[in-house]
Amino acid sequence: MKIEGKVWKFGDNVDTDLIIPAKFLNVSDKDKLAKNCFAYLRPDFINTINHGDIIVAGENFGYGSSREHAPLAIKSAGISVIVAESFARIFYRNAFNIGLPILESEEAYLSIREGDQVSVDLSTGEIEDKDISKIFFARPIPDFMREIVDAGGLVEYIKKKGLTDDRCV
Amino acid sequence: MSMTITEKILARHANVDQVLPGDLIDVNVDMALANDITAPLAIKVFKEIGTHSVFDPEKIALIPDHFVPNKDIESAEQAKVMREFAYQHQIKHYYEIGQSGIEHVILPDKGLVIPGDLVIGADSHTCTYGALGAFSTGVGSTDLGVIMATGKTWLKVPPTIKLNYEGNLLPWVEGKDLILYTLHELGINGANYHALEFSGTVIKGLSMAQRFTMANMAVEAGAKNGIIEPDEITLAYVAQRSSRSPFVCTTDPDADYEKVIEIGVDKIEPQIAFPHSPDNVRPLSQVGNITLDQVFIGSCTNGRLEDLRKAAMILKGRTVANGTRLIVIPGSQLIYGEAIKEGIIQTLIDAGAVIGPPSCGPCLGGHLGVLAESERALSTSNRNFIGRMGHPKSEVYLASPVVAAASAILGRIGSPDEI
Ligand code: SF4
Repeated sequence: MKIEGKVWKFGDNVDTDLIIPAKFLNVSDKDKLAKNCFAYLRPDFINTINHGDIIVAGENFGYGSSREHAPLAIKSAGISVIVAESFARIFYRNAFNIGLPILESEEAYLSIREGDQVSVDLSTGEIEDKDISKIFFARPIPDFMREIVDAGGLVEYIKKKGLTDDRCV
Repeated sequence: MSMTITEKILARHANVDQVLPGDLIDVNVDMALANDITAPLAIKVFKEIGTHSVFDPEKIALIPDHFVPNKDIESAEQAKVMREFAYQHQIKHYYEIGQSGIEHVILPDKGLVIPGDLVIGADSHTCTYGALGAFSTGVGSTDLGVIMATGKTWLKVPPTIKLNYEGNLLPWVEGKDLILYTLHELGINGANYHALEFSGTVIKGLSMAQRFTMANMAVEAGAKNGIIEPDEITLAYVAQRSSRSPFVCTTDPDADYEKVIEIGVDKIEPQIAFPHSPDNVRPLSQVGNITLDQVFIGSCTNGRLEDLRKAAMILKGRTVANGTRLIVIPGSQLIYGEAIKEGIIQTLIDAGAVIGPPSCGPCLGGHLGVLAESERALSTSNRNFIGRMGHPKSEVYLASPVVAAASAILGRIGSPDEI
């Protein structure tokens, strides 16, 4: 699947409190969460971006709390994929589970600029920056995680595999 | 073949003889945990899966602690979703406020986690139970919803970094200072996807409360879990609280660590984490003059009875500085009661502290002590990110309960030796 959008660039160690501050966690509705995505860092993010835009970030994106509200808020705000140098452990897992594609590439982070038009091929991991005419390749996603993404998230994966009855993941 | 304690617990729960770092395994979960923020999302996922019953109503803990007593209508609705689910599915370990407290304080205190257990929680500080020689780690709500349905999850076996603490502790140096010092050494990314094994004679000499503090902050270095081999102190703690027999295991002498880091503690002073990261740490002597609007003693890091006792020892017969507010929140109802019996609460009140109901309180900037613009706070909790305790232009410093108590008296960050 190919995704194309404009890039919003972030630095290293973007933590979950920056993605969605705790005071907004009194709801679990994804549209309400999206409204407060990056509330302090980039106020009104949801109205600044276009649906399908892309986040490019540095190391350890999603560091901190286990709140799944963080990737949910980003996804519901309209972001289609995150390309980062690396992700924090729980965020990485959560993003796959809710079906928000994420890719890791150091070169892409170093070269891609805010506002660039970028296309991402999720099946090959190819990231193309059209403004600087450069192509990068993301680290391959482990097979097991791929299956979850392809199914559209962990719930769909579980349903598809029909594993609910024998209670075995 | 030899294994570390983390690998042994994982192998046992995957029903295999051996695991290696990098292996993807399916494991049985002994206890699944969520709170009033993460449970509602997990319950939604549980319903989407379409199972009608939870895998085991005795192996799920649902703890209202983040926004309780409820701060507004929305948080009351969230707590209600969790409460109704708990009643409907007869979840044994649902604790209403009045019997409850912070999840990571009450699970060990009620004997719900013992050595060798595998615990998965929809909260990043689930790693706290590693102090008991259990494997425990945080996940998001979808993972937890699936676990509530199946009792199983997948994990990647982490490589282990061993931290070996040797030497003699200086006065006023506690588990909190050791972990802050360690975060400074590792960096907030330094143990990403790894197991941290805390060991050495210094760790063997720490109380359970201090061990919980250290394991609690393993996630601040990105670690999947932090773990301490069980010993007599662990077993004595557990024997008073649980009738289950623990699976006590230790790392084999020739097990493979990815790295061993030696930490000499002789020169480690009390440590302070500066804004806005828990690894931005300086020794107390190099802090300078940092005045404080608020001091918070509590949280799943340092809200235990021993912490309150030490704070009261410092505050006894003294008063909080003019211009500084002191908020103390006992980690659980049980601790609150004990602190009253021991006279700790009276001492704190006499000194000018306000006591909050057992809960997370201001730790996550939700309620009960939110900071205004450009206010500065010292907290015994575990995170000081931008906006963590309130306004994005407020500042949070992290320290131990004794330093927090002394600083409340001084009105600036300082040592118990200065009062
Ligand atoms: S006390 Fe703070 S860190 Fe601990 S569980 Fe509550 S909000 Fe999280």
